[in-house]
Amino acid sequence: MSQSYNRGRIEDFGRWREFSAGMWAWIFHKFTGWVLIGYLFTHIAVLSTALTAANADPSTIAAHNDVYTQTIRALESLLVVRILEVGLLAVAVFHILNGIRLLLVDLGIGLEAQDRSFYASLVLTGVIAVASVPTFLAGVTF
Amino acid sequence: MAERYSSFEKGGRRWLLQRVTAAFLIVVLAFHFFLLHFVNHANEVTFQMSAGRMQQWIYYSLMVLFLITATFHGVNGVYNALVNMGLTGARKRAMKAALSVASLLLIVQGLRTANAWAGIDLLPII
Repeated sequence: MSQSYNRGRIEDFGRWREFSAGMWAWIFHKFTGWVLIGYLFTHIAVLSTALTAANADPSTIAAHNDVYTQTIRALESLLVVRILEVGLLAVAVFHILNGIRLLLVDLGIGLEAQDRSFYASLVLTGVIAVASVPTFLAGVTF
Repeated sequence: MAERYSSFEKGGRRWLLQRVTAAFLIVVLAFHFFLLHFVNHANEVTFQMSAGRMQQWIYYSLMVLFLITATFHGVNGVYNALVNMGLTGARKRAMKAALSVASLLLIVQGLRTANAWAGIDLLPII
């Protein structure tokens, strides 16, 4: 027979000291999810410059002077954009790794290792983000 | 019987779709990041190269599927987060409608962009 428990306010962040690994995993997954969907809308908006660029003169496109190429290159020339990209990679990698963990939990695999797999997701995210820094900062002028 | 802590309805279609899209997105998001930041570099982007990729039907199909599944997964995730925070009644229905419209607009705009690269003219507005 199923029972219901009063778990208190789910999103009571005042209780953060009491949070378990699973609670942190849930909060991080939600936070990274908000960032990713926010980015998706922004991403499509920026890429929409391709709509104008597609109507440009072929010589303008060949010279890479179309609005799409120029917009992306202008953004990529900014250090702050490169730093945000490393942040975006970290957010995406964590969401992917923790997402794999959640799918496994849903399938009933590794239930006893839930805490450890969350910590492993965090460590691996940190390592991948740090390792990607040289790639993301290549060619930027400070 | 085991307790259920999920905010999804039991046996719900959205519950399953969220997980099916997750499995797809794990692979495609990783591929997308790898291709466009590590194989090709974002600061070397050109309209011609983007168009060249989008003119390959397999890449175009993958990106369109990526757009649709990512939009569903993200917006459905936002909706569930809001329900989890206690959204109910008329506000819940209004939020569902607003998120559905936002998703549709995002997918249409993404398709228009993909078609601009691929050189596809489906309709005057798309």
